[in-house]
This record gives sequence, structure tokens and C-alpha cells, in this order.
Amino acid sequence: MKLNINGKVHDVQAEADTPLLWVLREQVGLTGTKYGCGIAQCGACSVHVNGKVQRSCSMPVGSVKATDKIVTIEGLSANASHPVQKAWAAIDVPQCGYCQSGQIMAAVALLAQKPKPSDADIDAAMTNICRCGTYQRIRAAVHLASGSELLGENAEQSPASTAKA
Amino acid sequence: MKMNRRQFIVSTAASGGSLALGLQFPNAAKAQTAAPAGPAGAEVNAWVVVNPDDTCVIRIARSEMGQGTHTGLAQLVVEELECDWNQIKLEFITAGQNLSRKRVWKDMSTGGSRGIRGSQDYLRKGGAAARMMLVQAAANDWKVPVEEITVANGVITHAASGRSTTFGKVAAAAAKLEAPDEKAIKLKDPKAWKVAGKPTKRVDTLPMVDGSKVFAIDVKVPGMLNAAVTACPVFGGKLVSYDDSKAKSMPGVKGVVKVHDNAVAVVADTWWHAKKGLDAVAIKWDEGANGSVTSASIAEHLKKGLTDTSGVYAERAEGDAAAAISGAAKKVEAVYSTPFLHHATMEPMNCTARISADKGEVWVATQNAEGSLAALSEESGLPLPKCEVYRHDLGGGFGRRGGPQDFVRQAVAIAKQFPGTPVKMIWSREEDQAHCYYRPISQCRMVAGLDKDGNLLGMHWRVSGQSINAYMNPAAIKDGNDKRQTQGMWVEPGDAQLGYTFPAFLLEYAQRNTHVPVGPWRGVNTNQNGVYSECFMDEVAKAAGKDPLEFRRQFMSKHPKHLAVLDAVAEKAGWGKPLPAGRFRGIAQFMGYGSYSAAVAEVSVSPKGELKVHRMVLGLNCGHAVNPDQIAAQVQGSVAYGLTATLYGECTIDKGRVKELNFHTYPVMKLAEMPVVETVIVPTYDFWGGVGEPTICVVAPSVLNAIHAATGKPVRSLPLKNVKLA
Repeated sequence: MKLNINGKVHDVQAEADTPLLWVLREQVGLTGTKYGCGIAQCGACSVHVNGKVQRSCSMPVGSVKATDKIVTIEGLSANASHPVQKAWAAIDVPQCGYCQSGQIMAAVALLAQKPKPSDADIDAAMTNICRCGTYQRIRAAVHLASGSELLGENAEQSPASTAKA
Repeated sequence: MKMNRRQFIVSTAASGGSLALGLQFPNAAKAQTAAPAGPAGAEVNAWVVVNPDDTCVIRIARSEMGQGTHTGLAQLVVEELECDWNQIKLEFITAGQNLSRKRVWKDMSTGGSRGIRGSQDYLRKGGAAARMMLVQAAANDWKVPVEEITVANGVITHAASGRSTTFGKVAAAAAKLEAPDEKAIKLKDPKAWKVAGKPTKRVDTLPMVDGSKVFAIDVKVPGMLNAAVTACPVFGGKLVSYDDSKAKSMPGVKGVVKVHDNAVAVVADTWWHAKKGLDAVAIKWDEGANGSVTSASIAEHLKKGLTDTSGVYAERAEGDAAAAISGAAKKVEAVYSTPFLHHATMEPMNCTARISADKGEVWVATQNAEGSLAALSEESGLPLPKCEVYRHDLGGGFGRRGGPQDFVRQAVAIAKQFPGTPVKMIWSREEDQAHCYYRPISQCRMVAGLDKDGNLLGMHWRVSGQSINAYMNPAAIKDGNDKRQTQGMWVEPGDAQLGYTFPAFLLEYAQRNTHVPVGPWRGVNTNQNGVYSECFMDEVAKAAGKDPLEFRRQFMSKHPKHLAVLDAVAEKAGWGKPLPAGRFRGIAQFMGYGSYSAAVAEVSVSPKGELKVHRMVLGLNCGHAVNPDQIAAQVQGSVAYGLTATLYGECTIDKGRVKELNFHTYPVMKLAEMPVVETVIVPTYDFWGGVGEPTICVVAPSVLNAIHAATGKPVRSLPLKNVKLA
């Protein structure tokens, strides 16, 4: 089957019930997206499908259409230049880093919907689990990225928000 | 109390400022795993390799699991080496390299909050020795006395003759010199630190924001197969038989194998195929005698330990506590309990192994690479020099990835059955939850005697619970008393001393073990004991009619360091000052890992009993503060880890096995529940304490004490999900 991942079409061999997560990790070799729970509880596997954040561990690859645009952490930007990634680095958000791909994908999707989110918006949207407890810095980094002049500029190029535009 | 210049208030509320255009990553953030130093690089000593282009490679032996230790270790070396912080690379030595060079890099184990404090002496001396050799090489070349030479940022200068050179130019000559006598090495006064002691960005952040960091679970080895595994869910149970007729014909499945005497693994081309195959294997277990154990039967066993007259050991006895209490005008009595807990690292246990006739290799996230090497050697039957452990930074550790190395043993046992083929074993979340070294369960009975004026006459505390050492290290138990289980309540100063001296005090431990495997969990027994000590102190203060802070202060005159941290948080939190309507404060102090911690929590409890933790002020004296920004990060993390335990954390036992097998039944707190955390670091620079674990022990008790203030009722059993607050 064909999958459009990070702007490139991949031909993959997988049974239809295989979760998108494992296709990304084991067939396409994109390991930035993580396995955490397998039941859509933790969000470590978050990717964008047509600009919306999805928990790929619970999305059968058979439900993904060839025309659907999948974006993973690796496809977010070249050189970690997305404003959200820059904000994450500026505030030194990650501790172990395992959940951070998913956290960043969730934050990018939030900011695409609400460029100036309130604390309540962040509370509602950022439901991924971080066991190291980086939540305070995640909140600060979302606010920092939301104030970025780069956000609007980059958002137009970001595959994540093309669906919205 | 005035803050002096050696104290830090790390304010970490949302910055609110806009992100400047053109924000750059700090140069050091580009430092990543360096390729082994090429022939051009000169190894000045074990810790420092200098390349001709002046980059300095710092060798790292300890494990990174999010605590920022690699950055802190590099800061300590660079401080003494006097190289340019922006021109460093880190190189991570393997367990095999350490073994082959007679442990020149010393202890690789990373636990007990020892990463920085356990390495600082030899690392700083290593950096200083390398600097001295580099300077000596320049002095020899110029034929001038070393005393006339200055060095900064990797540049060596002889002002008198106007000459200068760089580390890269003299490194080859320096590497040939004899190392200086250790006694000749003078380390800097921390007051003169320029790199250490400053809030510093981590050197390894970039690969964590672009998905490029390779965790052990991400390892790709050519020709690799994948394994899913399941062990008998009842601890101590055995494998009887399995029917793999269906699984063997499923897509991608290469084999179904027995693992040790208690598990089955399916090996396939992909992990997903392995997992699907495993789900299709019908397995018969012999659950053994433990198959009927429940949480209720365990609780009863521990409860007996609270009053038993045998199998009880006095950890400390000062004065005649029994007499003081029996003659008291007023008695306060309470029984507390805390449950088994799982670490729930975000990265599930995994290990990739390749075993052939003359070589054993594992790729693994480990808190103890040498322990992993030993496990690999024992399990494979290959001698240590034929084994190697390739370390990957951990997707969370919290104590789980240290001691027993069960994940290495299991992966090797599977890979041995596929000689020469690398096999990556990954535990499902369910398997990970079912097989852990859990935080031990315990109860504590506490009695205090007061006179008619509310003065404390004596205390009697007895902890009844499971011993970690009985499970992991029986040799550490002396005369039946596992001292570790009363961690934080000890009389001895320096590591985990109780911050109070009571008029009379009897502290006992009743070792009451279960069949559930137990081990260290971030903060270990300071968690349970912090709750017991600090919540009961509030109960007694209330009975005495005293303010909780003032009540504590009466017993702290011989504990000035405990008191200073308690005072620091009280001041920062505004203890005693008015709060918005409906908000209440709780306070706690405790000690572990050589560091002093205190906290003030601000909470509200709605009429329906809904708890909101608004703000937490945490204080820490860890002696030396190497990277205040990372210390603040660890404190914030300890609040999240400690609050999760307070609110939700509980592994219950039914039919001999753990019931909570994924995050829907073992919840972890989310961002919306995270209070604003303010960190007050008050280093006194006269000792070296830990950072990763110490503050967690004051999180639960400060919150529980605030709840007590809000509702008028003490909470004596965790987690709060089982407690009605209204």
C-alpha cells in the first residue's frame, strides 16, 4: 500500500490491522515516533494526519488513505527549525526525551488551531504523558512558541497546517 | 532571611516573552556522541582527549536518563580543564572499554543520586590534571616556568614574552608527559567557578526535539529479528507448556521459544508480528503457591507487623519512649499505609542482543552498564572480555534499569537460541507493568505523647513492610534489621538523617516480606517515610495546638541544615500570610541522598472533594549546585512523579499478580494537573549531595498536610484516588 509520509510517497507491506506506529517505525524506519502504551493513552506515538494530531499506535494502517498526508517529528522541519522545536530547545524542555516527539506534535497541532492558546487551551490539548514531569516547561514552551513571529511564516510552509489553510 | 549571592531562586513560570527572531541553539547543544577520537586526537588522560582543531572530547561513564548528568559532568571537567565550553564533545565509554582498562573510568552505575556527587572529585581532578599537563607542555616548549603561564578557554598564554598557543597544538606533547601527583592538584574554590555553578543549557537537547535521538528501542542492527515475550504473571510461577501451532504459521514469525523456566517469546521479522504471534500462543502456567495472594492478604500480613512482639528491630532508641508516652496527658496515634508502585518509564524495558560462539553483545538502556555486562556474560556463558554493552540513553530510569538487569538476561536467553542473529526484545506496556521491581509496600504505626500544655514527651514509630535488600542484597541486612527501610529517619548525620531530636524516641522496623519483587523507585524509602514522619508531625502539632512550622522548629535546633531549608521555603511561600479564600498550605521537610529538602504546597478542596494543587515551593540544599537550571528541572520532575504517586499511584495484587497493566488503570498525572513549581536552591558548598531523588519525599506530605488543613481530616492512606475528601 502507498502512504504519503513527510511529503514523500512510500510503498509499504503490512497487514491492514498493523498500527500506523509500527509501520512508521519498522517499515519506513522513522523511529522518532515512539511506542508507549499501545492503547492511545500516553501520546508518545502522536503524528499528524491531514494536520490533525493522531495517536498512531491505535490507528490501523488500513484506515489510512494513500491521499492522507502523514507528518512525523522527522518531517516537521529541516534542522529542528520549527518554532515549536526552537522554543523546546530554548527552554530546555526535554529530560529523557522519549515522549517529546509526541509532545511537540501535539503542541504544533494546537498552535495550528489556536495561535495564541490560553493556559486552559494548553491544559485541554496537551494530554500526552511525560513521566519525567516536564509539564511546566512544556507550558512555557507553548507560550514561547505562540509569541514567535516565525510561527505564522513557518506555519504556511508547515505540512501540519496546510490542511487548515 | 536574606538571599545571598550563592543562592538561586529559579523562577520557572511561563516566560510570556516572545521568541526572538533568529534564536540559536547554544553551540554546546550541537555536542553529540562523538566518534571515537581519531588517531589525530591526543588522550591527555582517561577523561580528556584534545583534537588538533582544539575541540576537547570529555569521556562520560555515567548514564543519562533525563537528569542532565552528562551536562553537569562535562561542566565539572571543563571548569578545571579551562577549555572552551563551546568546543567540547562528549564520548560515552562502554562497559567493555572500562573493563579492558582496569576500570580507569571507575563506577558506571547511575543510581542513588550519585551521578554528580559520586564522580565530582575524580572528574574535577581529571580536568585539572589535563590542564596542568597541557600547560606544562607549553612551558617546556617555551622554556618558561609554568607559574608565568595563564590559561583560559583553551588558550595558553605567556604574557611576559607575548606568546600564546592552544590546547590542540600542545596536546600531543602533553599526552607524553607524566600525570601530576594527585596531591599537587589544587581544585578551584566553587566561588571562582565560571562554567560549573551556572545555569547551563543541556548539551544533548537537539536530538530530543527533532526525533533523531536513538533510544535502545530504536536500535537497528543488520539482519535483526524482533521478539515479544511474556512471563508467568504470578511472581515465582513457572511455564508448564505452550501450544504454538497457530502462532508458527502467522506472518513473519520465525520461531517460538521457551525463555528460562517462566516465559515464552515469539521471534519474528517485526515486533508487531512477534506480538501478534505471542497473542496467538496458548500458554499453561504453574502459578504455584502465590496464585492466591491478594492486596488484602498482604495488608493483613503487614498490619500484624505493627503490633508483633517478635521479628521487630529497634533502629534507634533515645530515652524511654514507652514510659514517656504511657505517662502522657494526651496520646496521638495513627496508622499510615503506602502501596506498591511501578516506575512506568515511558520507554518500556527492551534489549537487543547478538550472541555467537565467541562474542556476546547487547544494546541497552541501563543504569548500570557493568551490571549489564555481568548479566550478559553470566547468561551467555561467554567470558567478560568477549562481551560488550553498547549503552543508549534511557527513556526514563527512576531505579528500574539498575540492579537485576532482568531485561538483559531475558534478551540474551532469547538471542542465544538464534546464534549470530541480533534479536531486539521489547516488552509490551502490559508486560512491563506486570514485571517490575516495585516500590515496596509498607505501613507505619505512630504514637506520640504530649503533656497537658502540649509539649511533646516522646515518639514511637514502627514501620512494617517489605525489604528491598531482602530481595536484592540480603548481605546488607544486619541482625535482621534492614536499615534501608527506615531511610530518612536515621540518627546518623550525612545521608538520610531525621531532622528532629525528640525528648524520647523509639524507631522500629518489622521486616514483612511478600512474593512481589521489590526494588528502588526514585527516592526509594524516603517517599513512604517522608509521608509517615511529616504527616504525623502535623497531626501531633494540631493536637498540641501549635502551628506546624513552629511545632517542627522546636526539635530542629541540632539540625541547622534541615532547618535552614525549611525556613527558606516557608519564607518563599509566605507561610503564615493570608491566602485567597479556599486555599490552604501544608509544609514538610525530610532528608535523603545527602541533601536537605522542604516543601510548601498550596491546595484547595472543593465542596465535592475535588483537589487542586495550585502552587508548590520546593527547597533544596544539595551542597554544591553544578547546574541550577537542571536542578530546577529535576525538582519540577520530582513534583510530577511524587504527585502522580500521591494522586493515583497504586499496584494492587489479585491472584498473585499485578492488576494495573496500562495507563488507563495506572494513571499518570497530566499537564493540566501540574502546579506552578518554584524552586529555592540554597547550596552551602560544604558537602556534595544528590539532586535527582531528594525532593520527591516532601511532595506527598506537603500536599497531604495542606489537605488536612483544608478538610480538618488527616489522610493516612495513599493514593488519594481511593480517599473521599468531602
